[in-house]
Amino acid sequence: MRYETPTTTREAATLMAQAKGSAFVLAGGTDLLVRMKSGLIEPDLVVDIKHIPATQSIEKTAAGFRIGAAVPAVAMSENAALKKAWPGVVEAANLIGSDQIQSRCTIVGNLCNASPAADSVPAMIAAGAKAIIVGPHGRRTVAVEKVVTGPGAMSLEKGEVIEAITLPKRPPKSGDAFLRFIPRTEMDIAIVSAGVCLTLDNKRVIKKARVALGAVAPTVVLVPAAAKAIVGSKLDDLNDEVMEKLAAACAAACSPIDDKRGTVEFRIEVAGVLARRAAKIAYQRAGGA
Amino acid sequence: MSAVLVSTTVNGDQTEFVCQTDETLLDVLRNRLGLTGSKEGCGTGDCGACSVIVDGRLVCSCLVLGVEAEGSEVNTIEGLADGDNLHPLQSKFIEHAALQCGVCTPGFLIAAKVLLDRNPNPSDVEIRFALAGNLCRCTGYDKIVRAVKAAAKEVRKRR
Repeated sequence: MRYETPTTTREAATLMAQAKGSAFVLAGGTDLLVRMKSGLIEPDLVVDIKHIPATQSIEKTAAGFRIGAAVPAVAMSENAALKKAWPGVVEAANLIGSDQIQSRCTIVGNLCNASPAADSVPAMIAAGAKAIIVGPHGRRTVAVEKVVTGPGAMSLEKGEVIEAITLPKRPPKSGDAFLRFIPRTEMDIAIVSAGVCLTLDNKRVIKKARVALGAVAPTVVLVPAAAKAIVGSKLDDLNDEVMEKLAAACAAACSPIDDKRGTVEFRIEVAGVLARRAAKIAYQRAGGA
Repeated sequence: MSAVLVSTTVNGDQTEFVCQTDETLLDVLRNRLGLTGSKEGCGTGDCGACSVIVDGRLVCSCLVLGVEAEGSEVNTIEGLADGDNLHPLQSKFIEHAALQCGVCTPGFLIAAKVLLDRNPNPSDVEIRFALAGNLCRCTGYDKIVRAVKAAAKEVRKRR
């Protein structure tokens, strides 16, 4: 196995593009090494991106935040400004594994593992996160929901490497939240998860919403119908009819599988429940209640 | 397979080793450096028996490549005691019988050290969350939580 430590993303992309045989990007390694050890993959080339300055830091920019692809999840919780602006995204990232895993795992790795149950992904999608991709033909920016196309499958071309995730500047009167249902209280894979981001007007009416669900379809899904169900409403009067509509829209967007963690029926039911609860938290964080 | 020369600091000592590119840091520590305190439990980052500190962060050494340690500072269970003087965590684990078979113990001690370095006065809940990445099939955890609380008290006294 060839091990390379490029110092620019361009160089990493070139290595990946020119690789003969199987090539993998290494950031935190919490998925990659598990797959290597189980014999699922036998890399001919591993490109460690942790020596690239552009992947290392969390930056507050005029457009919002830029989180490098090698930033471990624990560093997100240590960044007060990021936590204040996007608490749902940070909380979702912090749900991945134990403290040991938090020291290494990254949200880009979580995305590129391409699991529908990835914890940070629904929160990123709800927040309107984008991936900065560097490849042999240059640089492009893609909405996070466009990156994964199926379980284990991505829209990245050979040689393309994600350098960072950007989050927009949090609009005034906005809030985000993420909730996950697992069989225990810590360290498990989501049966269902929901990320919600809301923006309110001056009268505390929801004017913009994004709702994303995890582990209920082949990929994490953005559910515009769920957003539509709550736009124009207030949530603080616990409007049951609105909440029912939200839950129904979420249920309609689900096409889950039965597995040892949960049944199809259970996942569909819980998707609506989590979306409602996450929406309430996001509404409070937006200053609605 | 290709062998690589790696320079690191292990428990304060400048250390060089040669390893294969696909070899884990845990295997390097145990098989090449003779530091067998860190254990392999699951090998997939679930059990925490291989916990070490790399550049101040708690990690599972089974999920780190040896070559990634280039230029890093690694701290293992072998460096926890100060010569013959046990770290308060070690003394309190013995005092509270917070171990039986002992396989998970080095990992628990390292994870608990990282916790106490960050928070010398943790609550029971904070201890349990901080040690959630370490599995023990003997003690039922209660004695471990008590030992960490007692060690925290000792650490605060010494400050």
